[in-house]
Amino acid sequence: MAPLILVEDLWKIYRTGEIELAALKGISFSVNRGEFVALMGPSGSGKSTLMHLLGCLDRPTRGRYLLDGIDVGGLKPNELAGIRNQKIGFVFQGFNLLSRTTALENTELPMMYDEIPAAERAARAREALARVGLAERSYHYPNQLSGGQQQRVAIARALVMRPPLILADEPTGNLDTRTSVEIMALFQELNEGGMTLILVTHEPDIAQFASRVIRFRDGTIQSDLAVAQRADARRTLAALAAGEPA
Amino acid sequence: MNPLIALKIAARALTRNTMRSALTMLGIIIGVGAVIAMVAVGQGAKVQVEAQIASIGSNMLMVFPGSTTQGGVHTGSGSATTLTEEDSKAIAKELSAVHLAAPVLRTSAQVISANQNWSTVVSGSTADYFSIRDWPIESGSGFTQSDVDGATKVAVIGKTVTSNLFGTQDPVGQIIRIRNVPFKVIGVLAPKGQSAQGQDQDDVIIIPLSTLQKRIMGVTNIMAILVSANSPEETTAAQEQIKLLLRQRHHLTASQEDDFSVRNMADIAAAAESSSRIMTLLLGSIASVSLIVGGIGIMNIMLVSVTERTREIGIRMAVGARGRDILLQFLMEAVVLSLSGGLIGIALGIGGSKLISSVVHWPTIVSIDSVLLASAFSIGIGVFFGLYPARRAASLDPIEALRYD
Repeated sequence: MAPLILVEDLWKIYRTGEIELAALKGISFSVNRGEFVALMGPSGSGKSTLMHLLGCLDRPTRGRYLLDGIDVGGLKPNELAGIRNQKIGFVFQGFNLLSRTTALENTELPMMYDEIPAAERAARAREALARVGLAERSYHYPNQLSGGQQQRVAIARALVMRPPLILADEPTGNLDTRTSVEIMALFQELNEGGMTLILVTHEPDIAQFASRVIRFRDGTIQSDLAVAQRADARRTLAALAAGEPA
Repeated sequence: MNPLIALKIAARALTRNTMRSALTMLGIIIGVGAVIAMVAVGQGAKVQVEAQIASIGSNMLMVFPGSTTQGGVHTGSGSATTLTEEDSKAIAKELSAVHLAAPVLRTSAQVISANQNWSTVVSGSTADYFSIRDWPIESGSGFTQSDVDGATKVAVIGKTVTSNLFGTQDPVGQIIRIRNVPFKVIGVLAPKGQSAQGQDQDDVIIIPLSTLQKRIMGVTNIMAILVSANSPEETTAAQEQIKLLLRQRHHLTASQEDDFSVRNMADIAAAAESSSRIMTLLLGSIASVSLIVGGIGIMNIMLVSVTERTREIGIRMAVGARGRDILLQFLMEAVVLSLSGGLIGIALGIGGSKLISSVVHWPTIVSIDSVLLASAFSIGIGVFFGLYPARRAASLDPIEALRYD
């Protein structure tokens, strides 16, 4: 089967006046369906830029990017919005939920842009919230939820369109250790269900929950390795509960 | 995106900031309210003027003497004494487009009844005066041609004079003294109300012309001739015929100016109508300025709102909102603001007009046209002033928007 993501010689060059800055210098890699990839690297290494390109929030200067068989490099902004809606679920470091809007309505948001009827929207949003264990909190507002719960709502929102890919940008950056591991457990569970995940993180502990780690440095890939001893988030949680070091 | 969903999102965003939405709407409310009320006042004035002109009679013409020239100095129109009773008779008899003509002479005089006195206008005319002015006698009767021929001392008095001299008493058959000359009151005129110039038309006494000339003023001239054309359509023809006849009768050569002037009530009506239209336009445009100011207020708040909600826009874009979805959302917000402001303004404008009517007794007319126009205008203002902020929101870069805090 064709890979979900195929990136060939991808460049991103920022121009500010006379100065050109290459954030990505000809990156090539592919991700198969069902993989759980962690992107790592120091700030300025190009991992955020790659994340934006993979997320169709930005367009590459040069190179090819096939997502689910679609060449998204040449698409117009409106078409990219359609791809983001259908193919990608985003999870951000800062949760990025709409304030003063219930968990249920936040989860419904992507469906608003796909002409899905109201009854189906509500049903699917409830299902997604149940999937992340927040069925009871449907009518809570973000400020009535803990950080971990807010991130779960964000994950429900990412799942609700049933996309083939979830992109998570530092999803545990604002969370304590225990909550971080809980979120990673949820990701691992989704991954076991066949979901492809790409995770940007600078925490090696978090990267250990993925199945493959790609390291960046100065806009190029430094290493691309399978995780030798993959950590099981549920077991880590159990250990944390027992008071043992993870 | 479905416009209905956009409407829901807009309504929600606006109710979230009730105070701000209300203040923003206030500009439109005041603007629309002012336009509705001002146009209602203008329309009311217009209809009133039209009614007054109709009360004078639209097929009426007036002939005034021309101005006299003394040593090259023109005195005012009507100062000459070139018109005579014979001119009036000739106009009535010889001209095909003319139905009736009546000479008029006017003076002001002190009038005394048994125990009251009143200063009023005394008009002298012939029996046809009442039908030319289309002025019915309410009680008693008018005078006849034989009264005019015999210069009898009879008077027909207006409503205002009646109430000032006789109160609630019946004046018919009573004696009044005009400049100490006793007159018998034979009739009371039906009330006619104010003239287009704001004069009380009922403050008048009408007596036979000959009586006024001989017994009170001691003159032989007249001040004007009232003429009624056969129909409103024939007023222009009548005007031409009167001019020709009078030039001939006054022996004017081709090089001499008219020593009289003919005024057509239709022209006066048109002039009055155009002046009231200008007033409506003026009031309306002054009020529209506040509508535009209200629109700028909406634009201002929408720009603030777009900036405040940059992150929200970023989130919506990330989950698949296209530029046009964002545009629609913010445009809808601006339109909801301006339209609901407009509707409240319409209600307020109608209420305001009613208030003006009842407090200062000006007639006001709220036309459906002005309500529809105001609604359309407020939607237009929402679109016009909302478009720029909405475009700005739609053109945001999703990455930048997501980073914004």
